[in-house]
Order: sequence, then C-alpha cells, then structure tokens
Amino acid sequence: MPAPLLVPAAIGIVFLVFPLVGLVIRAPWSAIGPQLAQEGVGQALRLSLVSATLATLVSLLLGVPIAWVLARSRIPGRSVLRALVTVPLVLPPVVGGVALFLVLGRQGILGRPLFEHLGITIPFTTTAVVIAETFVAMPFLVISVEGALRAADARFEDAAATLGADRWTTFRRVTLPLVAPGIAAGAVLCWARALGEFGATITFAGNFPGTTQTMPLAVYLALQRDPEAAIVLSLVLLAVSLATLLLLRDRWLGRGVSA
Amino acid sequence: MKTRALLVLPAVAALALSACGGSSSDAAAGTSSSAAASSSGGDLSGTLTVFAAASLTDVFTDLGAQLEADNPGLDVQFNVAGSSALATQLTQGAPVDVFASANEKQMTVVTDAGLQGAGPTVFTENVLEIAVPRGNPGKVTGLADFGNADLALAICAADVPCGAAAEAVFADAGITAQPDTEEEDVKAALTKVQLGEVDAALVYATDVQAAGSDVEGIPFPEAEKEINSYPICVLKAAPNPEAAQAFVDLVNSDAGQQALTDAGFRAPTS
Amino acid sequence: MTLSAHVVVQRGSLAVDLEVAVADGEVLAVLGPNGAGKSTLLRVLAGLLPPDDGRVVLDGDTVWDDGRVHVPPHQRSLGMVFQDHLLFPHLSITENVAFGLRTRGVHRAAARASAEAWLTRVGLAGLGGRRPGELSGGQAQRAALARALVVDPRLLLLDEPLSALDARTRLTVRAELHRHLSEFPGSAVLVTHDPIDAMALADRVVVVEDGRVAQAGTPAEVARRPRTDYVARLVGLFLLPGTGKGEQVVLDGGGVVAIAEEAAGPVFVAIRPESVALYLQHPDGSPRNVWPLRLVSATPHGSVVRCDLTGEVPLTADVTATSFAEMGLAPGAEVWASVKASEVAVYTR
Repeated sequence: MPAPLLVPAAIGIVFLVFPLVGLVIRAPWSAIGPQLAQEGVGQALRLSLVSATLATLVSLLLGVPIAWVLARSRIPGRSVLRALVTVPLVLPPVVGGVALFLVLGRQGILGRPLFEHLGITIPFTTTAVVIAETFVAMPFLVISVEGALRAADARFEDAAATLGADRWTTFRRVTLPLVAPGIAAGAVLCWARALGEFGATITFAGNFPGTTQTMPLAVYLALQRDPEAAIVLSLVLLAVSLATLLLLRDRWLGRGVSA
Repeated sequence: MKTRALLVLPAVAALALSACGGSSSDAAAGTSSSAAASSSGGDLSGTLTVFAAASLTDVFTDLGAQLEADNPGLDVQFNVAGSSALATQLTQGAPVDVFASANEKQMTVVTDAGLQGAGPTVFTENVLEIAVPRGNPGKVTGLADFGNADLALAICAADVPCGAAAEAVFADAGITAQPDTEEEDVKAALTKVQLGEVDAALVYATDVQAAGSDVEGIPFPEAEKEINSYPICVLKAAPNPEAAQAFVDLVNSDAGQQALTDAGFRAPTS
Repeated sequence: MTLSAHVVVQRGSLAVDLEVAVADGEVLAVLGPNGAGKSTLLRVLAGLLPPDDGRVVLDGDTVWDDGRVHVPPHQRSLGMVFQDHLLFPHLSITENVAFGLRTRGVHRAAARASAEAWLTRVGLAGLGGRRPGELSGGQAQRAALARALVVDPRLLLLDEPLSALDARTRLTVRAELHRHLSEFPGSAVLVTHDPIDAMALADRVVVVEDGRVAQAGTPAEVARRPRTDYVARLVGLFLLPGTGKGEQVVLDGGGVVAIAEEAAGPVFVAIRPESVALYLQHPDGSPRNVWPLRLVSATPHGSVVRCDLTGEVPLTADVTATSFAEMGLAPGAEVWASVKASEVAVYTR
C-alpha cells in the first residue's frame, strides 16, 4: 500500500474516531443507569428515531424524483435547479429554520392561510420536526441518488424502451433497481443527518418534551445543566444510530450491493 | 498618580452634563468620554480578556471600546457565551482577566474553584418581562395568560437560566404554564416573538429592550420574586490585573450603570 | 416493404443522411467503419434518437415524420440486440427474456413459459434462473437475442451483435444467428463493421461511410466489385480508379494497367494483393504489367507480409514471409512489381 495514501488515511481515521473515544472515556459509566432511567430520555430517543425515519421516507418520496429530473431530464436551467436544491447544505440550519417559519409559520406565506382558514399551525408540532429534518437532510439523498443515476448505464433504459416499456415502467423496473444501492446509501446518509439535526429543528419546531424534543435538543439542553448527562445522552444516540446502520448494512445494503 | 487625578475632573464634568441631558442618546454620548477618563489614565496596555454573559454583549462591547479609546495600548477581547459555558471554560483554565456572569450560580462555580481575585460584586440586575409581538395579537395582559393552552407560548427550557427563573415565577404564582416550546436560550424565544409565531414569551427586560419595535414588553409584578443578579469579578490569575480592575470600575461607574440602564438592566437593589 | 426510412441527423461534425428499405423476411446489413453513422441510423429506427429530418415507416405506419409524427420506442413493434447484450443485471435470464412480454401485459406465468421456450430455442435451456453476470459472453448474447425475438417484433435491430465475442464463440453464435434470422418473418437490420458478418448473415448490404451510402447490393456484388477503398480493403482487394481504353486502363493518378478484356469509360481496377509478385530485378519474359515501385511499409499479416508500394501504380502486395526475408526487403527498397492481366478485375464506376 502506498504511503501517500496510507498515512493521511490513518491520520484521518484517528481524527474522526478520537472525539468518539473521548466521549467513551469521559462517560460517567457508574451514573449511566440512573441517567438513562431519567424520564424523557426514552421519549426523546423514540421521537428522534420516528421523526428521522419519517423524514427519510418523505425525502425518498420527493428526493428520488428530484434526482431523476436532475440526472435524466433535459429541462433548461437544470444546473440552477441543482444549485437551489442543494442550498440547505450550505445554509446554516438555524437560518433554514427561520426560512421555514417565513413559509410555514403562523405568519408565513403558506402558514398564514392555513392558520387563519383551517386553524392549522405547523410550528411546535412533531410535523414541524419532520419538515425541518427533511429540509436539511433531503439534499444528501438527492445528491447521492443523482450520482448513482449518472453512473448507471442509461443504455439499459434504452433497452427497456425497445422492449415496450414506457418511461415510468422503465424507471420502476429498470432504473430504480439499478440504482438501488445508491438510493440505499443516500437514504442512510439522509437518515443519519436527520437524526443529528439540531438547528433547523429547534428553530422551527421548538423544544417540547414528547412533541418536538429530539435527542440532539435534549443533549444540547443537558449540556447547559449537566455536561455528564449530555455525554450519556450523546452516547445513547451514537449507539442507537450505529446499531441501526450496521443492522441495515447487513440486511439491506449488503444485498443491494451484491446484486 | 497626579495625572490620573487631573484627568478625572473633566470626566466628572462630562458625567454631570450627561446626567442633565436626560435623553438616552445624550447619555450614551456622554458616557464615552467620561467613563474612559474615570477608569484610567491612558497608561493601560496589553490585552484584557473579558468573559461575559451573552446578555451583556452590547453594553460591554461599548464599554470595552471606550476603554480602548482612552488607552491606545490596550486591546480588549470579549468572549461572550452562556454563563455556564463560560464558567466551564474558566474551570478548565482559560487565561481570563474578568468574568461577568448572568447569575450567581455560575459565579459560585468559579469561586468554589477559588479562581476569583477581587469580588465578586453584583453590578446589575435583570428581571423577567413578557414579550409579545407588536400589537399584542394574543391580548396577553399578565403572567396568568401563560396558563392558557389556546395561546402559542414560549418559555426557556428549565436547563437555562431564564427557564429556571420562569419555572420559579410560575411556581410562586401557582400557575401551570402551557408552553408550546421550551427554548434553548432567551434569544431563540425572542426570535419567535419577533416572527409572530408565538403570542408571548417569557424573557428578560433587557431582551425586550434589545428587540426593538417588533416586540412589546409587559412587566409583571410576580417578576420581583426572581430577580436575576449579575456578579462580576477580577480573576486571581488575571494576566492583566490593572486593566481588569479598570474595566470593573468602569462597569460600576455612573457611566457604566447608565449604559446598563439604557439596555434594560436596572441598578442592584441590595 | 416492411421498413423504409430516410434519416437525416447531424452528430457533431458527422452529417448522416441515409435511406434504407428492408422487405419482410429480409436481412439488411449496414456495413461501415466506426463513426460512419451506422449506430445513429439504428437508434433513429428504434426511436431512441430523434432525427433532424426524415421519415421512418414501419409496416405502413409512419412512426416518424419530420417531427410531426413521433411514435416512442416502446410503442414500435421492435426488438433490439446490443453489442454488449445489456441484459438487466438485477433480473434473472428468464425475467430478462420475459420482460418485453410483461410490459405488453402478458401474465407472469404465460410470459415465463414463452421465455423458457425461447431460451430452449437459443440453446439456454435450464440457465433461466441465472443472473446475466453468470453467463458467458456467447450465452448472454443468445439470451439477448431471445429477449428481442420473444415479442414477435416486426423489426429486428442488431447493433454489432457479435463484435464483443471472442473469435471461436463468434463463429458458433454467427451460425445460430443465421438460423434465427432466416426463420425471422419480419425485417432485420444488422449493423456491423465486420464484412464476414455482413456476407454471412445479410441478404443485402449497405456500405455506409461518413454518413452516406457508399455502396449497396447483395453481399456477393459488394464483395466482388467494391466501390470504395474501405470496402475493397475489407474484401481483400486493392482498388484503382481509371479510364478504360481498349485493353488497358489509364489510371486517374497516372500509370497504365493492362487488362484481359476490353473496357471503356470510367472504371475501377481491382487487384488482389496476393496476385502481385515482387522482384529485385526486372522479371524475365515480357509480362505486360511491370512497374518499378518503392516499398513504403511492410506489416506481417498471418503467414504473409503485406507490402505497401508507391510509384506510378500504387499497389499492395502480399508476399510470403520466407520470400520477404530472402529478398532482404526493407522500407525504402526499390522493387519490380508484376501482375498478370488476367488477374486484374475491371468494372465500371
């Protein structure tokens, strides 16, 4: 193995893993039981997992078609569209949260008529958590899937067309299975980003235990009061997300890649 | 020492002028020259590092600029953050001259560690106020409205100082609060008022003052039960103790107090 | 005519303007070098590429007419075989072959049954459960042929179907393809750059160069009387344009070639490289065609060495490796070249 690759790789891995080691070393292991038993931890964890999963599903439903449009269609202004879609990546999440208010808030462009005519308010609800997480995480999925679509051999789609498949059938029966590993990777990235989402969520959805308080919010607030509790909560979030990813890798990603 | 005494004179004169001026803009203009002169004689140099609670940002930045203007060799650096984060950094050994906390609890963290030099002394106070969007669309009148589940309400999370204060105020008044969100800090609560997304938020008087015309403040009597005292101290290991004392003196001077009052703080009652 | 098409496409610097017609049961080979526009033609016929102008009529139905009529590929009755088979990697072989039937609404069981039957016909019985990656190149191409034919298309398009195969496999698959093509009732268009494919599989050949039809005819005609250097080289002939004057031809580039019969007007002179003899001195006797030439380059070609010669009659000669060595030839060498008049083919341009 060439040293110019090996050495930076080793440094990079150490750099990525050390903060994790720090968390584990500094964790108050004796206090971990009572900390976990604390009311609200399970609630926040459950809410985090549910909302991140819902956000991922919404992202799949909307993001895969976006990726298809970006990768396959010939509509004008595609590069502008791509730049717009990836704006949430560069936008500070808190600003994203404020932007969501301006559209979906009680005084927002769409939120105001919803509130005034139907009495529906979106901020400070679990829906708002899912919306905020989707807003921040979906670009990760779109970029992954678009990359997979571009890398996939479009001539398979030609072959499907000559076999009588219209574009929708082609998409469902050929394109989608071909880029399934890319979609899976994008979904995992999206889910992980949604799980860790903080800024947009706390801004747009607020923080209320059981409704909108996800694990990252709980961690942040615990940090204000009791840094040890924050470490414990971080470890829980870390353990659960790692376990989920490993499980998915075996069950789903693994199969997708080998196909 | 003679030069310093001489320089104090015009400062007092300026103070007198500003006191007579009355309007806040006059007062602000007055503090500039007066404060600087009263605190030092222009011979301070080096770097002064001040750790200050986030709510003090604007006032302290102005005071620091005055101190710099009167001491061309001096560079004042601020680290503004939540008091607990600052206290943690101090106990971790950050080289700091002055620490100004937004509550006595976090100052206790520092004094318990034996880090204080002179002080601490309480230099100002802050009380809770109800912030409502301009025009008060929720028709909020007092603290009791926080028990109304039909209103969109924000308070601070109990983990942060303004939330702890809010909790105590509600407990005192026997009100079961029905918030829609428990914000991570007071600015976040205020932002939601500014955006009109909540009908009311429980914040500090200084925050209402700083928010400008989008936000109206409603003082309420129950707030007196939970006065928030701001202690300040020079640290024992201060790298620049002279400048540190000068800054503390400036904060405690009439000019410094006027600047705090203009920002919505009030003079310590005790 | 089952298929008649006039296709005009501008592809970068290549202007494609081709007219083709294929009858029922007929196989048309489109022969030409890479980049001549063959695949472009095929993609337009399939509906995968919109032409800039022209018209495609399939079984009396206009499927493209200068943009006014555009029937998308999935609504045309066609089957297509690609160079690298393009079997869907995520489906089994049976599912691949059944794909076209399923998209046409055939029920799963019936589609599978038809697919299995076709797999048996192409010699892949029992391999239907495999994935495309588990087949050899020849097997995959047979499966691709079954996939294209299972839907009984009116038009079969074959895009270099044999060129990805190794030489041995190509031979057997070509023979099988010939059998399936002769049984195929619709029109077939075969794109290839290999003259042997064209000769072996096609009823008619269209030679395409630079986007134009350079020559058209039966494989035998094209092989015997090539009209471009490209075709001549493909069929192993050396072509010289000239003007017939009795029993000799005055070449356009100067020089005179004696011929066995009489010719008049613009003609091609075609000479087989193996009928050219090389000598270091002027040969004995008095052969009618003897020219002093210079060797430009020599490349081994099987058991012979192909010698490119320049002079008043530029020629290509094949000499055995032994005589090449004995004569001590090297580029730049001066030689005498001789061809019997009876070995020279002449036909009108």
